[in-house]
Amino acid sequence: MTKEECKKVVLDIIADIAPDEDLSNVKPDVRLRDQLQLDSMDFLDIVMELRKRHGIEVPEADYLQLASLDSSAEYLTPKFNALAAKG
Amino acid sequence: MNTRTHYDVAIIGAGMSGLAAGIRLAHFGKKVCIFERHNAPGGLNSFYSRGGRKFDVGLHAMTNFVRPGVKGTPLTKLLRQLRIDRAEFALCEQKRSRIAFGPCGETTLAFSNEFALFESEVARAFPAQIDGFRRLVAVVRQYDDVSLDATAESARAVVRTHVTDPLLEDMLFCPVMYYGSATEHDLEFGQFVIMFKALFLEGFARPFEGVRTVIRVLLEKYRAAGGERRMKCGVARIVANQGRASALVLDDGSEVTADHVLSSIGALETERLLVGPDVVDDGGAVPPGNAAEGEWRVRAGGSEPSAGTPSRQSAISNFNSQAAPGRLSFVETISILDRQPAALGWGDDTIVFFNDSVRFDYARPEADVDPRSGVICIPNNFQYGPGRELPEGIVRVTCLANYERWAHLPEGEYQTAKQRWFGIIQRSARRFLPPLEQPDAFERATVATDMFTPRTITKFTGHIGGAIYGAAAKHRQGRTRLENLYLCGTDQGFLGIVGAMLSGISMANYHILQKRS
Repeated sequence: MTKEECKKVVLDIIADIAPDEDLSNVKPDVRLRDQLQLDSMDFLDIVMELRKRHGIEVPEADYLQLASLDSSAEYLTPKFNALAAKG
Repeated sequence: MNTRTHYDVAIIGAGMSGLAAGIRLAHFGKKVCIFERHNAPGGLNSFYSRGGRKFDVGLHAMTNFVRPGVKGTPLTKLLRQLRIDRAEFALCEQKRSRIAFGPCGETTLAFSNEFALFESEVARAFPAQIDGFRRLVAVVRQYDDVSLDATAESARAVVRTHVTDPLLEDMLFCPVMYYGSATEHDLEFGQFVIMFKALFLEGFARPFEGVRTVIRVLLEKYRAAGGERRMKCGVARIVANQGRASALVLDDGSEVTADHVLSSIGALETERLLVGPDVVDDGGAVPPGNAAEGEWRVRAGGSEPSAGTPSRQSAISNFNSQAAPGRLSFVETISILDRQPAALGWGDDTIVFFNDSVRFDYARPEADVDPRSGVICIPNNFQYGPGRELPEGIVRVTCLANYERWAHLPEGEYQTAKQRWFGIIQRSARRFLPPLEQPDAFERATVATDMFTPRTITKFTGHIGGAIYGAAAKHRQGRTRLENLYLCGTDQGFLGIVGAMLSGISMANYHILQKRS
């Protein structure tokens, strides 16, 4: 998986959690919280949807890694690839 | 037929909070079953059929209404957490509501889903109070009302620091208390804030088909997520063993087990289900509505540690010492009309909160009913859109009532009392609606009536004392003396129909989903 594909995965999840948000102009390097109305309940849901849909575990200590799309891709892409390699 | 005998989570009660919790848990892959004693879901906000008509109970209006695009409010959180598209609820906004005080409603404050109307009404009727009112509103807006461990303050005390006219103070407390207070005379400021926002800063709306739409959406989400439910199958006992709920005994005598149990039926109502080696019943058989003398207690000085860690012990004593049943219950009269209420000149008011006395007295009445104050709801008066109207006119009136008095009437006297109070309540409420051209026009338009009492509430919901807002003491964190048994719903303490759903969501998140699997 590429980092771009990984960003798409995260955006797809946000689109389902927060269908009332406009995601057409999300800046990858800006904190999601600063450009969208997402609260701690929503971030919990991003983490849980990653687990449910993709089998990716994000421990609580790493939640900050999901602050922006760029940081999410940086953090999650190796996890996705490791999971794919395991088959 | 659901025949599984072990679940990740068992939920007691298919009301708003139980269904909302169930949706969250099932969505994230938990094996969940909801056990409901009644044959209809909805709990305190349900419906029934009589004479070919469907009657809503509970819900007058859905509070917390905000328009699309307004974010960060309870309604938006709820829709997101349950993956509900707001179009599914198809909410129609209220026309306008009023608070009417004085023997014939001489002082009135109108409000709508535009807060500016309420503010201008306060400025008109109470010009000397408007600055204080604005300060109060600023405090309310800034208050963190979703904190699970806020300190308790008297709402009356806080409001009085800003609003010094007792009439305005009472007019603010009347709707807030009628739509959610489990305590008499006063409530916790945090609860006041939740209700003030829900009623005035947000607003009222209703699906065209009333509460049935809300319940249908929740049931569909729950089923689609893989949740199970067993109707007409209540939980008769919770077996407590070594500080845990080890099994549930169902009404049919069968047993199921669950890793977690979430109970929406009330704190004391849940306590009463507990049996097992950790529990002694020192009050004998507990007569309904007389619970304070019959509390279950953890056996003192038992050889086994009865409930785990010291921190849990303090939660236990807290849970028990506050286990007094709620004192507030209600009667409601329902009149079905052969025409729209607008045809009688009653087409403008959605909800009217009224009080005829010098002070507003929110308390259990000495008599069967206190007709001095109450709430009139006219479900026809929402903005359903051009040419769209409910098939019949409906006028509902709710007043405070005394559970004990209703509970102990023999059947014949019960029916007579209902008839007598129906008339008294109608006459009281009519003083606060526009006068009719012909004095008997309302009676002539009435084609059917019904009435529920505190006794009806207890019969169909199991809530002790007909207390629809539960006990005075709330358990914000939802903990009980058993480590895997949690509360949601009325006694957890988020108020109103939206609050009930958020309660189920919060408790499912906090106690189950956020835990490491």
